[in-house]
Amino acid sequence: MPILEVNNLRLAFGGLQVLDDVSFTVNEGEIYAIIGPNGAGKTSILNCLGGFYRQQAGDIIFTGNDISSLSPDRRAALGLARTFQNIALFHGMTVLDNIKLGSHAHLKSGLLDTLLYWGRAHREEMKLREEIEREIIDFLEIEHIRKQPVSTLAYGLQKRVELARALAMRPKILLLDEPVAGMNAEETEDMVRFILDIQEERDLTIVIIEHDMRMIMDISDRIMVLNFGCKIAEGTPGEIQKHPEVLKAYLGEKRKHG
Amino acid sequence: MRIGDYKESYAADEAVFSTPTSRFWLGVLFAAMAAFPFFAGDYLLYMANITGIAIVAALGLNILTGATGQISLGHAAFIGIGAYTSAILTNRFGLPYLLCLPLAGLAAAFFGILVGAPSMRMKGLYLCITTLAAQVIFEFLFVHWETLTGGIRGLNVPAPEVFGLKIDSEFSFYWITAVVVIIAATVSRNLFRTRMGRAFIAIRDRDISAELMGINLFRYKLYAFAISSFLAGIAGSLWVGHLRSITPEHFPLHESIRYLAMIIVGGLGNILGAIYGAIFMTMIPELLQSVLKYFESMFPQAMAFLFPLQTVVFGLLIVVFLVFEPHGLAEIWCRIKNFFRLWPFKH
Repeated sequence: MPILEVNNLRLAFGGLQVLDDVSFTVNEGEIYAIIGPNGAGKTSILNCLGGFYRQQAGDIIFTGNDISSLSPDRRAALGLARTFQNIALFHGMTVLDNIKLGSHAHLKSGLLDTLLYWGRAHREEMKLREEIEREIIDFLEIEHIRKQPVSTLAYGLQKRVELARALAMRPKILLLDEPVAGMNAEETEDMVRFILDIQEERDLTIVIIEHDMRMIMDISDRIMVLNFGCKIAEGTPGEIQKHPEVLKAYLGEKRKHG
Repeated sequence: MRIGDYKESYAADEAVFSTPTSRFWLGVLFAAMAAFPFFAGDYLLYMANITGIAIVAALGLNILTGATGQISLGHAAFIGIGAYTSAILTNRFGLPYLLCLPLAGLAAAFFGILVGAPSMRMKGLYLCITTLAAQVIFEFLFVHWETLTGGIRGLNVPAPEVFGLKIDSEFSFYWITAVVVIIAATVSRNLFRTRMGRAFIAIRDRDISAELMGINLFRYKLYAFAISSFLAGIAGSLWVGHLRSITPEHFPLHESIRYLAMIIVGGLGNILGAIYGAIFMTMIPELLQSVLKYFESMFPQAMAFLFPLQTVVFGLLIVVFLVFEPHGLAEIWCRIKNFFRLWPFKH
């Protein structure tokens, strides 16, 4: 059953066509990968899905509703969460506060509650803390750093905290923008294990952008390949590896003689 | 020395004063605040009152500029709005002072929301300029809307009455200031323990990802403007109750800048920082002055030369602070605490 449907998406900045008529559907519970050379428009797709870019044409259907014209914060509240290619954590906050912030849209305390704190806001915060400890901090093995400011953490850990923050948004679909870029083999393995656990244990749908081909071929159910803003192929890892258009985009063409 | 830090519940872990030691010192602080007026003279009480008023206003600016990252050059204008609202409500409608206080805050919050509205489209320095415009416009109104504000002669109000008691001395007003300061500090601290405060800091740190996390930027910026100018309005109302007269000269642009300096010297986005900054910026000029007075008795002729020097020394202190301690007084305090946590052992 499709959870996300993108139809004829078009995005241009001035004369530059970034996305040209891209359509795809993501099924519930699968890991869907988007790959392509640099500048192919992968991150732009995520930005359109999140509402940060506004597409010129095409629509985005998420869990049956057209979300094309919703603001980014409304989309987040509906269950669309993402991580960023260049880590976008809030550097003035601790790990714990960053993760708590992810749950923002699901909390209800209003202005007066927060100013008085005792009562509703307190109960809500305690429940949130317990949930985060049990389901996210424990799960991602970041107990030891929960009180640290994120700016003091190593790169790999920051990526993990970002994943934790996205999980705290209680998403239905998780958009991961290069989750293992710049990581060493061990960190990559850890991250892959977390991603697979998330998908299995929580029945989450995952859309992933990544350049690490070995990882992509290993974990994705289906792959879409973009080149210069056009969708050139879609299929299982096995199909993609043999697809002539994909080989052309990545490796170039043999020069024809004569 | 504090060894081990065992908590048995998340509530204990998230408490503001989480150790018996810190609760003990909080008690000491309250006791000292309660005992202070019985020992201090009028001058010290006067200083305590104006420092308290500065603390309330600085806490407000700290929420908007320190935590949410929206630089405001109009804070003095909001204090002014609170002061004039309080004075007008007292003079024309004879409202009791305890009612004027929150109403002054609400009036300032209303105008704060108006001034914050451009933040939907603007941020950073551009928004800063709109707050500067607000400062200029309100200053102009204070001077020229004479039927309401009394023009440059300003307004005089009678001494406030609270529960039938006339608050007409530094001693009696001290209690009002103290209570309001405690409430303002508590409320600010609570704010940053919950979703709203976190949203503010997220907007400061990275507004784009804050929005993608589900935060409605515009609404939360307006909240920040409203809360910040509400506290400014309260400070203004305290000002009126304390001095019993206001003129437009009390709320100029450089007063706004002085509040910015307070939260920067104290430590941006830090509640204790705002408090330390307000104390520092109000007390240091007075301290410098008393030091100079002391020298005056020894070298009577040197005064003409030394007197202007106090502004220079004051400015120099701020610069030295920013160079050596960019995170402000709060950071110094943090280091001192950490030192004593392990004392007398080094590691």
